[in-house]
Amino acid sequence: MTVVDQVSDWQKSAYIAGQAADARVNVELEAEGMTLNIGPQHPATHGTLRIVVRLDGEQVLWADPVPGYMHRGYEKLCEVRKYPQVTTLVNRIDWLGSFANEVPFILAAEQLMGIEAPPRAQYIRTVLFEMARLANITLFLGDMGVQLGAITPVFYAFRDREHVLNLIESATGGRFHPNFDRVGGLKDDLPKGWIAEAKEVMKRVRDFCDQMDTLLVGNDIFQTRTRGIGVVPSAVALDYGLSGANLRASGVDWDARRDDTTIAMAWKHADWKVWTHPDGDSFSRYWVRLQETRESTKIIDQLLDDLPAGPIMTKVPRIIKVPEGEAYVQTENPLGVMGYYVVSKGDLGPFRVKIRSASFNNISIAPWVLRGVYVPDVITILASLYFILGDIDR
Amino acid sequence: MSDTPTETEDAPDAPDAPEAAVEEEVAAVESDPAREAVLAQLTSAFGEAVLASHIAKGDLWVRVANDKWADIVGFCKETLGFRFFSFLAGLDWLNNTNLSGEKLWDADAEATEPLPMVAGYAGGDTRFQVMCRLHNVETNIGITLKVDLADEAPSVPTITEVFAGADWHERETWEMYGFLFDGHAGLRHLYLPGAFEGFPLRKDFPLLAREIKPWPGLVDKEPMPGEDADEDEEVPAE
Repeated sequence: MTVVDQVSDWQKSAYIAGQAADARVNVELEAEGMTLNIGPQHPATHGTLRIVVRLDGEQVLWADPVPGYMHRGYEKLCEVRKYPQVTTLVNRIDWLGSFANEVPFILAAEQLMGIEAPPRAQYIRTVLFEMARLANITLFLGDMGVQLGAITPVFYAFRDREHVLNLIESATGGRFHPNFDRVGGLKDDLPKGWIAEAKEVMKRVRDFCDQMDTLLVGNDIFQTRTRGIGVVPSAVALDYGLSGANLRASGVDWDARRDDTTIAMAWKHADWKVWTHPDGDSFSRYWVRLQETRESTKIIDQLLDDLPAGPIMTKVPRIIKVPEGEAYVQTENPLGVMGYYVVSKGDLGPFRVKIRSASFNNISIAPWVLRGVYVPDVITILASLYFILGDIDR
Repeated sequence: MSDTPTETEDAPDAPDAPEAAVEEEVAAVESDPAREAVLAQLTSAFGEAVLASHIAKGDLWVRVANDKWADIVGFCKETLGFRFFSFLAGLDWLNNTNLSGEKLWDADAEATEPLPMVAGYAGGDTRFQVMCRLHNVETNIGITLKVDLADEAPSVPTITEVFAGADWHERETWEMYGFLFDGHAGLRHLYLPGAFEGFPLRKDFPLLAREIKPWPGLVDKEPMPGEDADEDEEVPAE
């Protein structure tokens, strides 16, 4: 008499079902690999990006990022907004460097209308653009340490980013979402005493960069964990459309700020350098961003010194109607190349807006670059590629 | 489509240059030798497959034949040096009166007849198009390639063989427009949940928020004090 004979039919079937489930689990365990979910809520993902990785022991067989947890449909919403209203939406794409999101859209609208902002507005735009870059990149410079177990740098980053945010707030009225750019110029001029204050803050940011140099870049653990990890050759980087520091860290010397001379911004009036690194690994991506932050402070200092006098708005009609046409304008945003393809039908609002956001391309390389790496390096590589979820999901 | 290379007649400032003879006229209107050289190379390599083109404001648009799409993108990358893949996206030229014109901004406005469908730069014969933006990082020239898609079962060859980065862009365009990319290894949803019905970026997809509630941004219908006087000269003639 077996155990199974004494029990009821219901228990019997439950037992058999349990046996079958166990068998299935055993098959699963014997199979090669294990599936691991990273995210959607993971501190390394800067938002809600889920990454499904298939592991063989500690090694990644394949990785599949699953975006879309925060998709807001901006491209559709832009079609039912008027031109001045679009900036409110696009502010929220890369929320750490919001002002930089507005600029390419406004430039595209201005290009279609055939107008250009006056020189003073161009200078202030560029200064605020670079400030958005500082607010964005300083957080990366500290945050990269957190992913490697160094907690201190991120506190320094938050401390010094605060000064930059205060500057942005005192000029625009918004810490994170300035909504300050207008078709044809800017909403307001700079407040009194702002320039002197800005120069003080630039000194602080440069000090912060030096601190990161000594705290992280020179650190042995940091170097071991990042050098030679997540290498992206330049040809692959171009194939995937990697941009910004990710592209320059792979040795491609291309910066839209320097090379795209047609756009009406003031970078061409400042003396600064585009940094590249030949290695293409996590370390070089960090290093290039660190150098860029220093260059950014230099750009701001020089532009504030040479700030021309004059109006901050060109003459535009009270009701903005953009003539029929198409325009694509891209700028070098904190996260990489951001562009807007604007199609106008001569209406009050755009007919179609395609938003080319940097992080979308930057993170689409994840399946390629994560193949074969170890689990702890997944986090390092993702952190060094540096994405903002709003910039992927739009 | 591909057998009608010269039928497109754009506005006077949007000349087509499928043949070498027309290109000379382009040069007379606006001189942009770098982009004209790119266009000339494309035309000499693919001939009739280059349907139309447009050069203006330091930018280049080229519309190509559907069946040669992947070849031309590959040629741009390998031979012309457009190695930086910027983006790939869809276009829908349908005019939806609920999503354009006065009706969008003012619920009380008279509903107008839908305007005739007009494609943008470099023309177009069909409602749907796919565009792809490439950039040459050495010469710093950008190019927008466009391709027409059939109205029924729109499809175009995939370019993931040329640019691996096009994978996500094609997945996004597939779910937002319902375009098929022939040869794409896995057209899975990228943003939308798996059970989502419809193609949100098509012009006939209703935006529910606008259907149930008129545009809330239209609040200041009354002129502000002192604005009446100068309104006439500031507002452009409609």
